Amino acid sequence: MPAKHRKDEFTDEELGIDYSEIDFSDIEKQFEMTMSLASSLRSVVVVDNAPIIDQSKEAKLFNVFKKIFKDIGKIVENGIDMPRDPETGMSKGYLFIEFETPEQADLAVKQANGYQLDRSHVLAVNHFEDIEKYSLMEDEFKEPELEKFTEKEHLKSWLTDERDRDQWVILKENVVSLYWNNKDEQPEHIHSRNNWTETYVSWSPKGTYLVTFHRQGVALWGGDSWNKIVRFVHPDVRYIDFSPNENYMVSWSNEPFMSVTGEPHNLIVWDVNTGTLLRSFAVTNEQLNINEKTKMIEWPVFKWSHDDKYIARMTPGPKGAISIYELPTMNLLDKKSVKVKDLKAFSWSPSDNIIAYWTPENDNTPARVTLLSIPSRSIVQTKNLFNVTDCRLFWQSKGDYLLVRVDRYKKTKKNNFTNFELFRMREKDIPVDVVEIDPNETVNILSWEPNGKRFAFMGMKNGQSGIHIFQVTDGKDINKGAKELVTIEKKGANTICWNPKGRFIVFANLKGQGELCFYDCNDLSELAEGEHFQCTDIQWDPTGRYLISSASAWKVKNDTGYQLWEFNGKPLFKQPMQLFKQIIWRPRPESLLTAAQMKKIRKNLKNYTQKFEEEDSLLKTKVSREIVERRKKLYKEWKEYRIQCQERYKKDKALRFELSGYESDGEGRPVEKDIEYVEEWIEEVVEEKEELI
Amino acid sequence: MRPILLNGHTRSLTKIKYNREGDLLFSVSKDHTPTVWYSHNGERLGTYEGHGGTCWDIDVNGTTTRVLTGSGDNTCRLWEATTGKQLHVFETKSAVRSVAFAFGDKEAIFVTDATMGNKSTIHFVKIAENPEEQQPPYKTITTNEAKFSIARWGYLNKTIVVGHDDGTISIFDAKTGELIRKAKDHTDTIQDLQFSNDLSYFITASKDTNSFIYDYETLKVLKRYPTERPVNSAAISPLKDHIILGGGQDAMSVTTTSVTAGKFEVRFFHKIFQEEIGRVKGHFGPINTLAFHPSGKSFASGGEDGYIRIHHLDPDYFTFKYDEEE
Repeated sequence: MPAKHRKDEFTDEELGIDYSEIDFSDIEKQFEMTMSLASSLRSVVVVDNAPIIDQSKEAKLFNVFKKIFKDIGKIVENGIDMPRDPETGMSKGYLFIEFETPEQADLAVKQANGYQLDRSHVLAVNHFEDIEKYSLMEDEFKEPELEKFTEKEHLKSWLTDERDRDQWVILKENVVSLYWNNKDEQPEHIHSRNNWTETYVSWSPKGTYLVTFHRQGVALWGGDSWNKIVRFVHPDVRYIDFSPNENYMVSWSNEPFMSVTGEPHNLIVWDVNTGTLLRSFAVTNEQLNINEKTKMIEWPVFKWSHDDKYIARMTPGPKGAISIYELPTMNLLDKKSVKVKDLKAFSWSPSDNIIAYWTPENDNTPARVTLLSIPSRSIVQTKNLFNVTDCRLFWQSKGDYLLVRVDRYKKTKKNNFTNFELFRMREKDIPVDVVEIDPNETVNILSWEPNGKRFAFMGMKNGQSGIHIFQVTDGKDINKGAKELVTIEKKGANTICWNPKGRFIVFANLKGQGELCFYDCNDLSELAEGEHFQCTDIQWDPTGRYLISSASAWKVKNDTGYQLWEFNGKPLFKQPMQLFKQIIWRPRPESLLTAAQMKKIRKNLKNYTQKFEEEDSLLKTKVSREIVERRKKLYKEWKEYRIQCQERYKKDKALRFELSGYESDGEGRPVEKDIEYVEEWIEEVVEEKEELI
Repeated sequence: MRPILLNGHTRSLTKIKYNREGDLLFSVSKDHTPTVWYSHNGERLGTYEGHGGTCWDIDVNGTTTRVLTGSGDNTCRLWEATTGKQLHVFETKSAVRSVAFAFGDKEAIFVTDATMGNKSTIHFVKIAENPEEQQPPYKTITTNEAKFSIARWGYLNKTIVVGHDDGTISIFDAKTGELIRKAKDHTDTIQDLQFSNDLSYFITASKDTNSFIYDYETLKVLKRYPTERPVNSAAISPLKDHIILGGGQDAMSVTTTSVTAGKFEVRFFHKIFQEEIGRVKGHFGPINTLAFHPSGKSFASGGEDGYIRIHHLDPDYFTFKYDEEE
């Protein structure tokens, strides 16, 4: 009975105890020990499923473990303890490892748990404290309480628009606004928020999320209400790169943050669906391509495979390697990078898990373009090249072709020339054809027709620029690689932009006069020309029906705003906008229709056209009716206002006359009788001639 | 119709103004010589010689007997309109930005700049019948806030309507000098302020690229005409429900843009519907000043390029009408 007990006890005073005289140091010391023990216990992990070995192999095994945890944290001296059976002298298959900090232990649990040591040993790494927790677990299973299900918003609802319109986002000063495209009518406003982003806005690749950037990190928004869906804390984040299917994201910040291992990390890989950090990376300067002109890094540093399964980065130079990580574990594929000496550049195929990379000439080995299949790491094709100064890899969007632009030097002259190597990915053994172009031509920009067989590039020859369109050959000309369809002379054009559905292409002069040229590559004819003075960007909508040209306040001072064009170059809508910074079409996911379904639609296009035209004209009349009504209202209001003004004015007639001494009519104009008309006749002698008759 | 080009000024125009009948056009420019022209044929009638600096504003009285000019040479001068004879010089301490005769011509105001420690000031003078008896300003209004850029007389000379450098419009009592009302809808300098004929509303032109119509009584914005360029001048048609705007980018950045994109056009807007109805090209620099002929049948524009262009409107302009206009 504690209560009773108390009554029997004496108070301190009654006992005459003076606390200051008592020496507590021994107790303090004892508690200090347990305190430090407690914190050190938190840095201890238990590793299970370790191989059972005898004394002689202990040191070797310890070294293996030190290696495993090298990147994760630092193991304190003599921090590995492996209990063994006193009778047999064999280990018991588990060991304790103590790290310097509890955070490192946390990371060890996170990253090394499930580590495959060899075929039969998958490590189980747990906190030492957790073991105790688990041992105290009740034996009886208690069903966890179900969290109440809250339905998430439909993130793709914008695709169900009745009129199949597309959206865009505009950043103006500090206001982010979303609009529906309404062709030549005023775009329909959807939503606006002030200071929604601190730097710029972006979309995820399939348009599900709107991305905003903040000092603290990145936030994704979506659904009809535009609520925040997930956010990623990454201080001072600059760039992001989504995986093609929006499952993962990489973010980059110039300001490194201290990772749990104490290393400065700039890069984070995130799981978009859960919002969790999968892994962060330090990036050395060698691994970054820093553009010498702008001092900006070449983004992306990490490159995604088409199916979100892998992410890869490269280390260039003599110790070159491509490091491929598997998702979502973010473990290095097969625990080792692909070593490629002198690696220069690599890229994934947009449709297969094939990596293309190239290495330059070195001593006696020629330059080489290699195609590597992942995860088997088997080389599926290589091509040796000579006299190479630079290579660029261009994948066709479906991964059907890989075009390698090869810049070579001539043995005799100093100047370079260019040709192309065409890899036909879909054919047996991936044949490689050479595409020769005029040796005097310097190639500037190159781009593939989306899903098509054509590519266009901009070339300079004797100071004359021209746009060349090539088509991949097949049939009996198959060995020639590709043949030139047409050369187009376009003065000032510095950008080429394919329609996302192919066939049409726009050549533009950006940051200059702003001429736009719409070109049809099927008929090889120009459709129209337009101008958007000093426009800085052009962008097709995801359906290829419209093009937006825009002039951003980030790049030009005056006349910022955007213009909307139809695919054939017909100007639809102009919107000058001060402090306009950015406009981006919302991307769409690819169509769910099969090729056969699409073919059917194309066949019956006429039926659809009629329906759409009816809808359009209905809309037109509605809009024009609205305009008429608005005007009528304005006119009526103004007339009422004027009547009111004139009444007052008439009333003050006498006052006015008193002030001025002259009269004026109701509208303030001088009265006729005050105006004096002077007629002046001027006789002018043009020529005088005397004639003798 | 072909416009009449008045090529007499050697530097950019700062202000043009028709007299009440509209037979004469008065102009001032950055050269130092106010000039008067016949408005129907563009013939130069004469000049007013005497200023030693850029002339910023000019006004002519209701009977076309006196002309008042304000200049950067720190003087405001009164002239005999018909002879060009200088009648009086008002010496000031800073540049004279704006001048205006009162309705009835018995008084006038002029505005001086805030420079060298002088406050921006509106000076009131009584115009003497006999120029030799002309007295200096009898009253002033000053401001500690954004300086005055333009001042005009309000209805029946009861008030002074003032545009400020920061875009504010304020109305002062002309007798007491008290501030009656103010409104800040513009965000940059008010470049021009022109009244309707009956002085019941006025139009502003601002560097912030907008032009507004204000109700004089309430200082409420009635109409808005946004553009992409600083607006230097705006005028109300006395005949039709139209207004005209003129501007272009700053003279400083003219050289960096092409003529086609410079937007040096006179832009016609429907006053009530606020819709653009036409443009008149011609100047190869920004338009600094616009004026409608009192009949509304022609208008004149003065540009940074040093030309005045008088446009007589074509017959189809007068027949043009929206269906919604009754």
